[in-house]
Amino acid sequence: MVATATKPSSRPEALSRSRAIASARPAAAALGAIRGRSRISRFATFALGTIWLVFALGPIYYMALISFRSPNEYLSANAWLPIGGLSLSAYSDIIHTAAVGTDFRNSAEVALGTVVVVVALSLAAGYRMVRQGSRYAAVSFRVILFGIAIPIQAIVIPLYFITNKIHTYDTLYGLVLVLSASLIPVAVLLMVNYLRLIPRQLYDAMAVDGAGPWTTFTHLVVPMARPVLAVISIYAGLGAWNNFILPLILTQSNSDQVLPIGVYQFASNGEYSLNVPVVMAFVMLSALPLLILYLGLRRQFVKGIGGFAIR
Amino acid sequence: MTARRRSFVGDLVGISPTLALYAAFIIVPTVFALFLSFTNWNVDGPIHWAGFANWSEFFADPVSRHSLLVTFELAACSWLAQTPTAMALGIFVAGTQRYRAVYAAFYLLPLLMSTAGLSLMWQDVLFPQFGGLAWLGIHAHMHFLSRDWLASPDLAFFTLVVIIAWQFVPFHTLIFQAGRRAIPAELYDAASVDGATMRQSFWNVTLPQLRYSIVTSSTLVLVGSLTYFDIIYILTQGGPGDDTRVLAMDMYNIGFNQTEFGYASAIATVLGVLGIVLAIALVKLSGFGTMEGTQEGMW
Repeated sequence: MVATATKPSSRPEALSRSRAIASARPAAAALGAIRGRSRISRFATFALGTIWLVFALGPIYYMALISFRSPNEYLSANAWLPIGGLSLSAYSDIIHTAAVGTDFRNSAEVALGTVVVVVALSLAAGYRMVRQGSRYAAVSFRVILFGIAIPIQAIVIPLYFITNKIHTYDTLYGLVLVLSASLIPVAVLLMVNYLRLIPRQLYDAMAVDGAGPWTTFTHLVVPMARPVLAVISIYAGLGAWNNFILPLILTQSNSDQVLPIGVYQFASNGEYSLNVPVVMAFVMLSALPLLILYLGLRRQFVKGIGGFAIR
Repeated sequence: MTARRRSFVGDLVGISPTLALYAAFIIVPTVFALFLSFTNWNVDGPIHWAGFANWSEFFADPVSRHSLLVTFELAACSWLAQTPTAMALGIFVAGTQRYRAVYAAFYLLPLLMSTAGLSLMWQDVLFPQFGGLAWLGIHAHMHFLSRDWLASPDLAFFTLVVIIAWQFVPFHTLIFQAGRRAIPAELYDAASVDGATMRQSFWNVTLPQLRYSIVTSSTLVLVGSLTYFDIIYILTQGGPGDDTRVLAMDMYNIGFNQTEFGYASAIATVLGVLGIVLAIALVKLSGFGTMEGTQEGMW
């Protein structure tokens, strides 16, 4: 994210101030022309914003609608309007496909594991880096920051080789380790930039009270860091839940299949490949947990997604 | 133990696990990719030193030169499609009107979908004959929509540019929204006192004030599309012909399908160098402070 989201509430005030200044000017006719033009431009921005809204939601709406069709209705009914028969047959089909349950469980385990690893590691490391007690802390911060610049696509071949060598290939915890490593640089950056805002005086007060580093950590840093923990959890959870290339390369067997791979396999070579409603229902279901989280935690989501700004 | 000593031990305990994980799965693979690019290796056999053979092959091979070209074209077209759109939308949702906040909440929905999921969704929207657009072509007589969007050589590349924009514009919109909201209202007041029209205040206030957002967003678009893989792998596999065969796709094919890991590593190294150079350019262009400063702005 780029800069402070200054409270927008100050804007109308500023606007009315600027209007007051402007109306004090003598050229009232010119002002009328400007008002007219600003109405036009307001309508133009409204129109553009709405066009993007239609473009952004159109495919999602289409997918949702198709997921409520039976295979026959898919071929015959209206493709864009919810008229004609609607049914839950696609959803019941997909739920009764055994692999879906496994995929969901695997994805949940991987996402949860990644969140735990990333949050724990970035919290511990971020705390020590912010305190800057030794050169080791300062140097390792810079080394880890450099990782933001390394595209994961460029290192998948060595990752494939290394996971084979250390026997974590085709295991979920192996996937968790690599996903966590790929998310660590941004998580550490988010953490350090947040913890930096804790005033020095609070640390000093803790020290005066005779608190050691561990007490300072549990009684000052962890409680203060709670908001950033939520943000990093979402950043890591989203990254793990939706990642495609790492499970594509690092897992193989059906028992270790995560959702993105499962959805893709299902659509490309399953017996269902031409049963579009079932594929759409699968995609809908796989996005559902994130949608529910998004509805509950929109602010944290926006910031967590913002973490990708530097990825 | 001195205080200094103690704090070093604390740092060692706190930071080392993170550093170890990061080194094992990011730093070592990066160095290893570079090393492999100077070898011949196909998983089963031993690793043979190959000198610069892979590299001279890379620069002599018309296929990889073509991939490099497609990669740059994709980056350029993605930039043209995404950055101006995201800027316009970011300024739009930075406004205070209630409906814009509602729009903004909906704009983010694509970011919640996995690339695999959204690729399949688009595949069915664009599906010839039975897809959503084809249906409009037949039943609403919008015949220009009945095309083979992902398989025809004239269209596949631009279709991908549009889908990738659909996926990532919402994210860049967030960058510009934050950037626009950070511009002090006083600057607009001053401009309007000077009699500036809306267009003038856009060119003289908004645009210069958004320069860091522009640099950040542009770099992320460029790095992201240079290394882009997922949607292309799922939707076109580099086809039709080699029309959408970007470097990352090329690397995957040569590595994991033809098991020429040495040569694939040379391609991967090119990808890595492109990404790192651009990311460093970002830090330099936007001033070193922004890497930290912009983040603080989030809170």
